[in-house]
Amino acid sequence: MASEIRRKTPEEYLRECQAEEEATAASSKAHLKIFLGYASGVGKSFRMLDEARRRRERGQDVVIGAMQPQVPAEVEPLLRKLEVVPLKGVGGAAAIDVDALIQRHPAVCIIDGLAYDNPTGSRNPTRWQDVKDLLEAGINVVASINIQYVDELREKVEAITGKHVDQTVPLSFIQSADEVEIVDAPPEAPMERSAEAQVEIQKREERLSKLRELALVVTADIVDHQLNDYLERHAIKQHFGAHERILVCITPRANMQEMMEIAQIIARRFHGDLIVAYVRQPNISPEDQAALDARLAIANAAAAHIEILEGNDPAEAILAFARSRGITQLFVGHSQRTGLARLKGSPLDKLIWEGHGIDVCVFPQ
Amino acid sequence: MTEQRRGKLKIFMGYAAGVGKTYKMLEEAQDLKASGADIVIGYFEPHGRKETIARTEGLEIVPRRAVQYRDSLFEEMDTEAILARHPQVCVVDEFPHTNVPGSERSKRWEDVEVLLAAGIDVLTTMNIQHLESLNDHVWQISGIRVRETIPDWVVQQADDVVMVDLTPRALLNRLQRGVVYERQKAEIALQNFFREQTLVALRELALRQAAHEVEQRLGDEQTRSQIPDSASAGLRKRHKILVLITAEPKTAMVIRRAKRVSDFLGAECFAVSVQPTGDLSGLDAADREATERHLNFARNLHIETRILEGDDVASTLVDFGRRNQVTQIFLTRPRRRAWSPALSRDTAQRVLSLAKDMLIVIVSDREPVAQ
Repeated sequence: MASEIRRKTPEEYLRECQAEEEATAASSKAHLKIFLGYASGVGKSFRMLDEARRRRERGQDVVIGAMQPQVPAEVEPLLRKLEVVPLKGVGGAAAIDVDALIQRHPAVCIIDGLAYDNPTGSRNPTRWQDVKDLLEAGINVVASINIQYVDELREKVEAITGKHVDQTVPLSFIQSADEVEIVDAPPEAPMERSAEAQVEIQKREERLSKLRELALVVTADIVDHQLNDYLERHAIKQHFGAHERILVCITPRANMQEMMEIAQIIARRFHGDLIVAYVRQPNISPEDQAALDARLAIANAAAAHIEILEGNDPAEAILAFARSRGITQLFVGHSQRTGLARLKGSPLDKLIWEGHGIDVCVFPQ
Repeated sequence: MTEQRRGKLKIFMGYAAGVGKTYKMLEEAQDLKASGADIVIGYFEPHGRKETIARTEGLEIVPRRAVQYRDSLFEEMDTEAILARHPQVCVVDEFPHTNVPGSERSKRWEDVEVLLAAGIDVLTTMNIQHLESLNDHVWQISGIRVRETIPDWVVQQADDVVMVDLTPRALLNRLQRGVVYERQKAEIALQNFFREQTLVALRELALRQAAHEVEQRLGDEQTRSQIPDSASAGLRKRHKILVLITAEPKTAMVIRRAKRVSDFLGAECFAVSVQPTGDLSGLDAADREATERHLNFARNLHIETRILEGDDVASTLVDFGRRNQVTQIFLTRPRRRAWSPALSRDTAQRVLSLAKDMLIVIVSDREPVAQ
């Protein structure tokens, strides 16, 4: 046992990492890296092209498959040093030239801007599908995208910006990338003195800050996803607790309203997850069933994710579920037991005692 | 004379040595200089890395100050010299650094406070693992107790926190290629922050914190309006959090957690110790020292503290909570398992049975993930 617990040396870790990386490289398609930003002008193009430059200096064969129609001034010198495979015009509009790229077959292809619909008559309806073709052909891709063009975020983005978004990329495609890196920068405030302009600037800054927050949270979620994959692949049962996950346990007497209110605030403020669960009870009285149903209705109204657990020992069922999901906070009601019944130890005692790494929040009933 | 304008603080936040915080900071310094700002480097840790050193070219450096400690000479940032030079902007690497004993101030972030108070803007760097309220999370993720920490309020005061991101794979590649210089490599390896999953988890922490920092700066009005209706009533009801301070080592963990939750909820946070004498004189030396240390720790995190007079810890705590409209009480986990008459003196158990009308949070021990 002792040798298993022993900390590995950095060299051993390094070797493991390398072996794993080589294994994945050999077994799967080409590598996709995405730079994610929350607005244009945060420096995605620069970061991406700077990476292209560095890769080229290391001897990799890099070409540019697509650039934004307008590039910032600081990007131009980088651009001049790289080979460009021009876009292909189809009836006035343009798409990346997948055939030419596959024929040229570079080690790495740069795609600035993933969210474009291709003109009709193109190989694929959208650019991200073109990128999939490049990956399948064995070409590594480094791409950039603005968070505003992620399909699943459309509603949130439109609520912030008030602008309709029509060309988007599915989140699953971004999640499928081997690496996603965020390009973060505070919104730049233009110099302006008139009070009227100040108000406009402030509104703009607010919009940009909300988009920035969204981009950071989405990236964190993607990272969390990757981390869980890793833990699963390596059969690691424990969780890191980097992401707050709240489990609200319903009982017939739980003060659901208050629990849900606080759970929602905490979930929102911590950008965490919220799950509601109850343990199915045999021989439940009609009164208790009705009380339970009323509480489930509250959870439903809050659009919470509800899990029904099975098990003879409710505390055990909750703990097993909580551990499997990496729950960090457990919301339960105060114990009803008094007097002698306490001597046996309540389910609450068990949750408190055995919930390693899980805070137990005990609510008034 | 008008009041001195406070300088602006910008923090470049990363999750490990080698992600490029200093590089990014120096890039910004160069941009500022190019646009005409009077900027100096107050402290820069070159680590022998060429590309980063190249970014200091043309920037004025205020020489460090030699500090004698025991038989050795150490070099620290010369805060007084920077104040005398009084630039518009000062670049200060390694925000969480602890100064050598005998320095004017014990922490570099305190030096930075002095610069800010003098109206100097500061650019600085830090890793997420040095944020005080995340200390137990970092311990859980990496098995490392980080000693050099920065109280959250110091970071909250920053005008901007910028996430410097790099994927762990790219970071590991840098290590392999030797781009990340020896000292940093040693640092990462030594601290065991080296495993890919550890790096991934720290990165997630950093991203979430950066998102929180952005939201915090959006202002209360803004965030309030985004909260669903059913939840906004709960927010309007002000939350007040009470933490019990004892001599027990786990107290520090509960303080951190309570502070983090109260910061995120926008709640008030108090910490109290309950003593029969109303002061610490009744405790033996070891317990007095530990309790005093925990009270100081809470104060350093800007938590209001008090010592309550009472023979019974649980009932004194709950009474105080009721009188002060406390909505949540944070406690450490009881030391023993089940109820029994002999064990019913356990504070957590007693508070749970006395305060069935309050939200009681039992903070769990966080242990490192076995890997």
